[in-house]
Amino acid sequence: MPLVDLADVHKSFGAVPVLKGISLTLEKGEIVAVIGRSGSGKSTMLRCINGLELVQSGRIVVDGIELTAPGADLNALRARAGMVFQSYNLFPHLSVERNVMLALKLVRKMSTEDARSLAHAMVAKVGLADKLSAFPDELSGGQQQRVAIARSLAMQPTLMLFDEITSALDPELVGEVLRVLESVAEEGMTMMLVTHEMNFARNVADRVIFMHEGRIHEDGPARETLSAPRTDELKSFLSAVLH
Amino acid sequence: MIREFSLNDLVFLLEALRWTVLLALVAAVGGGLLGLLVAILRTLAFRPANWLALSYINLVQGTPLLGQLFVFFFGLPLLGVNVDAWVAASISLSIYASAFLGEIWRGSLQSVSSRQWEAGASLGLTYMQRLTHVILPQAIRISIAPTVGFLVQLVKNTSLAALIGFVELTRASQIITAATFAPLTVYGIAAVLYFVVCFSLSQLSQRLERKYHAPR
Ligand SMILES: Nc1ncnc2c1ncn2[C@@H]1O[C@H](COP(=O)(O)OP(=O)(O)OP(=O)(O)O)[C@@H](O)[C@H]1O
Ligand SMILES: [Mg+2]
Repeated sequence: MPLVDLADVHKSFGAVPVLKGISLTLEKGEIVAVIGRSGSGKSTMLRCINGLELVQSGRIVVDGIELTAPGADLNALRARAGMVFQSYNLFPHLSVERNVMLALKLVRKMSTEDARSLAHAMVAKVGLADKLSAFPDELSGGQQQRVAIARSLAMQPTLMLFDEITSALDPELVGEVLRVLESVAEEGMTMMLVTHEMNFARNVADRVIFMHEGRIHEDGPARETLSAPRTDELKSFLSAVLH
Repeated sequence: MIREFSLNDLVFLLEALRWTVLLALVAAVGGGLLGLLVAILRTLAFRPANWLALSYINLVQGTPLLGQLFVFFFGLPLLGVNVDAWVAASISLSIYASAFLGEIWRGSLQSVSSRQWEAGASLGLTYMQRLTHVILPQAIRISIAPTVGFLVQLVKNTSLAALIGFVELTRASQIITAATFAPLTVYGIAAVLYFVVCFSLSQLSQRLERKYHAPR
């Protein structure tokens, strides 16, 4: 059974259709880069997979939980499908350590000691062991984003969703976050990431999905799809982002 | 007969200050509880509740506090309910405070970015966990300064209760002035006493703000 299974998903905001029949499956361990123009529905698709947006029709099954079924346990799903946002969204009133510990204690029901030692391990993994007691506003954007990744990874999710997590960063900070992503990828995590970093997509992703006007326009192995686009839309998109 | 301003008068003023503080305290607590209700009704996803709360807020904020005091002090007896100055002042100041505190708190809650709700949700936190561990701590910190700012106004506004004969600091000053004819001394002392109370509140606010940001 695929880890993620979307079948003919339709989503609109008011009268505006944003997802116009999305079908896709994602196997365990796959790394998928989602690319496409602004407004093509990339974020909306990711948010639907995490249950942050409700859909009008279609079926979404993630890790055996059918989100689109009435009364689905969205919180249980979200504890297994981590999501990292463009704007980091750390909790500003909590230290780095507490940011990571919060859901471990509340959702995973870990003891304070266990949560703390796991938090320390995860924060060390993203290279910020010396920042455990810092507050988010004392960190650079790149550091905040690495903490956000650590916070999600600490929940030991089966799937990670990343929505343009380097887009808000100064260029010199992008590298450190991408390196963390690469190490997560090497550990076999199933990942779906919206990105404008084409080199990263080419080198790290197994597969590329190109979205256009609310539909999946191309879907194929990363290198081939990016070096030999089949449709004019992807061709023109690639030439726009690469130049 | 005119007499000198004496130590007894100072004691009288300090005793009256006690009533000023007590009245402000009652209004803050009563207004706080009622204000919480106002804030909830105002944010509930139920139109009639929003409308009701908004009308209440507009009515209270749009009329003078003195008028509200008179309505309770002179109006209730007409309906056969006898109230003394203390009760009338407590009720009207509580209602007055609730409209302002309710709006301050609603604004503080809504000024926490919706992304914070989403960040909590995406970690699997339940609605209540998001509210109590993510949103409220931030909203409370935001609300400290405006809340205390309003409480300072509230302390000063208790002086209006003098006009319905409630002997708090201002009324006491009037009484002593009439007896000693030393308005400068008496009102000077009253002003200092008001200042001490209000200044302490502001200091408290700054300490709270620091505390809520500091590591715990
Ligand atoms: N909450 C919302 N309410 C109304 N319209 C929305 C909302 N969220 C997104 N949209 C609209 O849906 C469309 C798709 O948005 P989405 O954020 O999914 O695009 P995207 O592909 O992620 O774009 P970008 O690259 O700019 O992030 C856009 O036209 C956007 O204006
Ligand atoms: Mg987006």
